[in-house]
Amino acid sequence: MGHMQSLSRRAFVFGSAAVAGGIAFGAYGNAEAAAPSASDNPLAAGLGPDSVTFNPWVEISPDKITLIAQHADIGQGVGSVQPIMIAEEMDLDPGQFEIRFASPSPAYFNTGFADEFAPFVAADQSPAAEEARAATLEWLRKSGLQMTGGSSSMPDTYEKLRVAGAVARETLKAAAARRSGIAVADLRTESGHVILPNGSRIAYVALAAEAAKIPPVLDAKPRDPSKWRMLGKPMQRLDIRAKVMGELKFGIDMKMDGMLYASVKLNPGKGQPLKSYDASKARAMPGVKKILEIKNGVAVIATNSWYAMEAVDAIACEWAPSAYPAEQADHWKVLESSFKPEFLGKEWRKIGDIETGLKTGTRVEAEYRAPYVAHQPLEPLNGIGLVTDTGMEIWVGHQSPRFVQWVAATAIGLKPEQVTFHNQWTGGSFGHRLEYENVRVLAEIANQMKGTPIKLVFSREEDFLQDIPRQIAIARHRGSIDKGKIVAADLQLASTAPLKGLLERSGTPSKDPDGQLAAGLWNVYYDIPNFRATSYEAQGLSPSTTWRSVGASTSGFFTESFIDELIHAAGLDPMKARIAMCTVPHYRKVLETVAEMSDWKGPLGNGRGRGVAFVESFGTPTAEVVEVTATDRGIRIDKVWVAADVGKVIDPVNFESQVQGGVVWGLGHAINCELTYSKGAAQQTNYNHHEAMRIYQCPVIEVRGLENDPKVRGVGEPPVPPAAPALANAIFAATGKRIREMPFNKFIDFV
Amino acid sequence: MIELMVNGIKRSVDVVPEMPLLWVLRDELGITSPKYGCGVAQCGACTVHIDGKAVRSCQAHIGEVAGKSVVTLEGLDNKEQNPVLQAWIEHQVPQCGYCQTGQIMQTISLLARISKPTDEQINQVMSGNLCRCGTYPRIRAAIHAAASRKMAEK
Repeated sequence: MGHMQSLSRRAFVFGSAAVAGGIAFGAYGNAEAAAPSASDNPLAAGLGPDSVTFNPWVEISPDKITLIAQHADIGQGVGSVQPIMIAEEMDLDPGQFEIRFASPSPAYFNTGFADEFAPFVAADQSPAAEEARAATLEWLRKSGLQMTGGSSSMPDTYEKLRVAGAVARETLKAAAARRSGIAVADLRTESGHVILPNGSRIAYVALAAEAAKIPPVLDAKPRDPSKWRMLGKPMQRLDIRAKVMGELKFGIDMKMDGMLYASVKLNPGKGQPLKSYDASKARAMPGVKKILEIKNGVAVIATNSWYAMEAVDAIACEWAPSAYPAEQADHWKVLESSFKPEFLGKEWRKIGDIETGLKTGTRVEAEYRAPYVAHQPLEPLNGIGLVTDTGMEIWVGHQSPRFVQWVAATAIGLKPEQVTFHNQWTGGSFGHRLEYENVRVLAEIANQMKGTPIKLVFSREEDFLQDIPRQIAIARHRGSIDKGKIVAADLQLASTAPLKGLLERSGTPSKDPDGQLAAGLWNVYYDIPNFRATSYEAQGLSPSTTWRSVGASTSGFFTESFIDELIHAAGLDPMKARIAMCTVPHYRKVLETVAEMSDWKGPLGNGRGRGVAFVESFGTPTAEVVEVTATDRGIRIDKVWVAADVGKVIDPVNFESQVQGGVVWGLGHAINCELTYSKGAAQQTNYNHHEAMRIYQCPVIEVRGLENDPKVRGVGEPPVPPAAPALANAIFAATGKRIREMPFNKFIDFV
Repeated sequence: MIELMVNGIKRSVDVVPEMPLLWVLRDELGITSPKYGCGVAQCGACTVHIDGKAVRSCQAHIGEVAGKSVVTLEGLDNKEQNPVLQAWIEHQVPQCGYCQTGQIMQTISLLARISKPTDEQINQVMSGNLCRCGTYPRIRAAIHAAASRKMAEK
């Protein structure tokens, strides 16, 4: 651990030697010398008179209680369940508190990444694995990595928010005890009040000033789940009503006095500069106030968003060529030639003797492909920025508050602490709001319009063109079967590197192999005596980034389709064989559950087929069965059954929503979405080119959550990876046609 | 100046007649429940009612809307008792919620025409409303529930 002690103040590098086996994470360059540490409470500085804060999540003033939502709400419901976890322990009811998104602070570092970044598969609970996770946690604490993603919100906050609430409750009781002279043991709490033995009630807000004068009761323990009033039971998400009533303001709905509107046209060759432009036509268009040149494009400032979009569309630009191949066919060629030692990412896992294993029995080989895919949440990228002589304020929905500060500051020569960030409710993300194009561009524009708040809205077309897509990948898998058993599986893929790309654009480049390319590739829990999982990282292709379920979205498809091929080649039943091969007892239970839910009894016949797939991603084992019918009009998806083990289902209704949404996401994009390049630009620029699932294709989706895992796991992403292979396997069962490339509609019609 | 009725109130705006109603509502009048999603009638997030019919406000030029009556979700009568809104809350339909105001306005229009739609009719009418979060199973359930509730009220 010597490496950890020699951390420099400005930046520290975490080489693979730092922690046993190495963390798939690199240098952290943003920590300023004067930056606060994870042990500081960022709420303390902004506290009003007679107010109290016990920790970074609870603030009480004489007139209100504010609970801090640390993780960004991107539609996954954490803007609701985070405060409810605190409220559960504080004995607060919905409506008795306000919710505020966290400001940038290392106090909000994400403990939930410890498992994902430590180099052990999730099911490995060995002392060595736990030691590496503990060391990773310390690194996360020191780096102050504040990020929403990786299905980590529940793993991160389950303990700490309940503790935060318990500390607040016990400290308020201590304050009430001091005031009343009654022993703490004789006090209880209910509905935002401390209740005295005689039944009289003291409101929490009335105790704020006194609670501020006593030390917080830090040893308070959260309650046993059997005592929960709200958690673990069907409950109403706190944001539902405002969203249904049209009252919730998303980032794009915000307005400031004196605000002007901006829209941009940026080099579609992502990241490359503008060469020249002609704005003569745009200058004369209605509502246009100003035309600005920025690093990689042009911006129009106008009196409303539509005038700005129309005018920017009329500007003729000459662009520097893209740094990646102009045509899509050449992207595939680069990938095809990346299975070479010089592009080796890592050999992630090796069991037995793969070469000997492959020579045993009957060989099966297959090549799989997955294209670039866009994120395209329905709310386009936007933001409001105001630059003054002292700094910048930015209102934008984003998953990485501290990186937003760094990106905006770096773009216009400020220090990160000069950027004040206000997070917003967002109309979806799926990984899109981990990237920075709107942030960087907004900083540049607002800097040229000092003193005027600027609202930037990307047109849908511009959003598509600048969408940094999901990785593109090819898998070349080999295996062999002998005597009705899989004896070898050699899984190899070449891909662009999504997490590495994101880290680099976040100002924290890493030299380590991209751990997300192992996801769904090395964490295979079948008893295969000879096994190898290897990633190659293709160079010089389109920038790529995290897309709902990241690496597992492509390799889950490759692995579970190939395993299905091996199982069929061995003459086995896809469900029974998976159950028989599964080496982790509670993962086997997930498969058994989905078999029971779907009443799996083997082939259906009559043009109907079922496929099963099982993928553990972000620590959550998830099994899905898809049932299809081959009709005259194409494949119809009839029904999906899903079982996932998250250790603890905290918010059951939202759990089901997340799982259903993940399945819709996984199926829809597998069926009909790809992002392709021509002349360096994405060819898909609106939803009619990149449709995903609409309601007419949506099957019935039956969901069951299991609670056998020893840890609390997330569920935003894990339902995505099994969807595509389960569908492909079902199509094979129904038609005999094995589809090895997404999108599937290139090979078969869908109803 | 172009005059129109929005949510029962007479409004006038000084914009070019080609400007889409969506942007007039959002940027000129501060009515934000109609959302910009695609701008080309592919997503339905901007759905409002013009003279009682569900319309994609990104496709309606303000010049053509002049003199007509526009209703957005904000302007629905008796919102608390609206069976569609109630069903949407009970079924907890929204995830991110961005498309939902459009889904709701489309559903209200659907139920005005077909009081008890079948799944097939729901597919036909609602497939123009995209939801990236995948709330379709809940949208379907909420439409059936709202239809039942409306029938019960009659």
